[in-house]
Amino acid sequence: MISEGHQVKLELETVERIAALARLGLSQDEMERMREQLSVVLDHISMLEEVPTEDIPPTAQVIELQNIMRDDVVEPSLSQEQVLLNAPRSEDGFIKVKAVLDAS
Amino acid sequence: MIKVLTALGLVDARRLLDNREISAAELTDAHLNWIDEIDEQVKAFITPMHEQARGMAADADRAIAAGEASPMTGIPVALKDIFCTVDAPTSAASEILKGYRSPMDATVVERLRAARAVFVGKTNTDEFAMGSSTENSAFFTTHNPWDLERVPGGSSGGSSAAVAANEAMVSLGSDTGGSIRQPAGFCGVVGMKPTYGRVSRFGLIAFASSLDQIGPFSRCVEDSAMTLQAIAGHDRRDATSAPVEVPDYLEELRAGVKGLRVGIAEEFSSVEGMEPGVKEACEAAYAMFSELGAELVPVQLPNAKYALPTYYITAPAEASANLARFDGVKYGLNIESDTLLDTYLRTRGEGFGPEVKRRIMLGTYALASGYYDAYYVKAQKVRTLIKRDFDRAFEGVDVILAPTSPTVAFKIGARVDDPLQMYLSDIFTIPANMAGLPGISIPCGFSEGLPVSLQIMGPAFGESVIFRAAHAYEQATTWHKERPALLRERADTTV
Repeated sequence: MISEGHQVKLELETVERIAALARLGLSQDEMERMREQLSVVLDHISMLEEVPTEDIPPTAQVIELQNIMRDDVVEPSLSQEQVLLNAPRSEDGFIKVKAVLDAS
Repeated sequence: MIKVLTALGLVDARRLLDNREISAAELTDAHLNWIDEIDEQVKAFITPMHEQARGMAADADRAIAAGEASPMTGIPVALKDIFCTVDAPTSAASEILKGYRSPMDATVVERLRAARAVFVGKTNTDEFAMGSSTENSAFFTTHNPWDLERVPGGSSGGSSAAVAANEAMVSLGSDTGGSIRQPAGFCGVVGMKPTYGRVSRFGLIAFASSLDQIGPFSRCVEDSAMTLQAIAGHDRRDATSAPVEVPDYLEELRAGVKGLRVGIAEEFSSVEGMEPGVKEACEAAYAMFSELGAELVPVQLPNAKYALPTYYITAPAEASANLARFDGVKYGLNIESDTLLDTYLRTRGEGFGPEVKRRIMLGTYALASGYYDAYYVKAQKVRTLIKRDFDRAFEGVDVILAPTSPTVAFKIGARVDDPLQMYLSDIFTIPANMAGLPGISIPCGFSEGLPVSLQIMGPAFGESVIFRAAHAYEQATTWHKERPALLRERADTTV
């Protein structure tokens, strides 16, 4: 399932697709290096295949907490000024980004 | 008694402060002056906080004079630069948080501030706590005080080196796969990772949210217990912090280990690449527990060997989601491009370092459609098996012993090009994170002149029995009293 044969070897196209999903701008050199290094790690990870887990539930959390509820009461939070303090670009109390919709 | 101020432990410092034999200002200045002198070599700090520290020391002295001292009042503390602080930059050792100023304090910072502790600075770490050596810091590598050519361990290597080099009395770090215990082990200090949920993670820059936990570094077990006491407990701002009462960690500290059932796992006795010096020192430590009256009991943890591959799916998967927030829009680095998508790509491509990118890629891969069941779900199932092993083992024993790391501190540069070798240095610490369990690392010997450390793991919320076992061993040995040669030739204010 995870590996076919003995060695996991990622396709360059897979690396490119994952980088796009992760919104990481990588150079061609980085893509190549990533392909090598991730293949080694994935190869190590593939040892999990030998563990039988058919009837085992996946862990959702490690300590046995029940849902924790509290009253939904409005309380003071960060001010608009504090929130925008670190924004690289802001205007009139808004964070400013490039247009995502075509103007035409 | 003649003692160098920077070599004091919490108990002595507390007594001297409360008796007004020294002031918090004097104690703070001794540490700041020593940082000025030594940190050029150790490089533990990203941001020293001299000015803030002097102000906090003055506040501490006023509180002491008014009879309002708490155990941490006036105590010089270093903070891993992954905890948000209002009065100093927070970088996570990453270029992508360039210029970031947090609008709030992390809960642990807030609690120590309320106790009038003194923050001497923010310490180096691997970028976003991803690494085992501090070599992944975007800024510089911290040096091990025992041998400046070696790494201090990581990711909390700045916090462990600062305490080992007497630059702070105690410090805080975070541990996702060993990032407190492994650097404590490499630097010969005490490092405690509490139970998942014991300490609030609010204001800790998230790496892997189901694994991250905050804990203290110190030079003895009692100081570790006192520091954890100050930061532990439920916090409504962290929904995963446990509403479980915090016991008095000093109450049974001196109860000894007579009759204690101490588990030894075959699975931790030999792994590939384990150094003989580490194995010998740890086995001698197990024997010491027996000599002190504990009963050594073999335990089986057959799935522990899967903890490392399970971790390298779980942690990167969670990291890839957590680090999505660094997009050049809300804070930090922004490389403005023609489109919003290009702004994301360039900001993240240039702002993150190589290891962070590797883990984001690995995590995105493990969560991607078509791989999710084979990787992520599989890992969470194996995680259940790892946890069940520990649950079963703790039905028969009070604590489990293991080495902290299979090797002593390695040379700077030795593992940077081999991620898998780097990952293997956490092979003994990762199982506790996968199961959410507490563990401490304490000095237990030397190999090649470098510290070797013993790890003591306990059941969930079993910090008290861990401290008790660790303290008994520490009192019966002198390893924790050995100090790096770097510290021997100095003379500062003595009392």
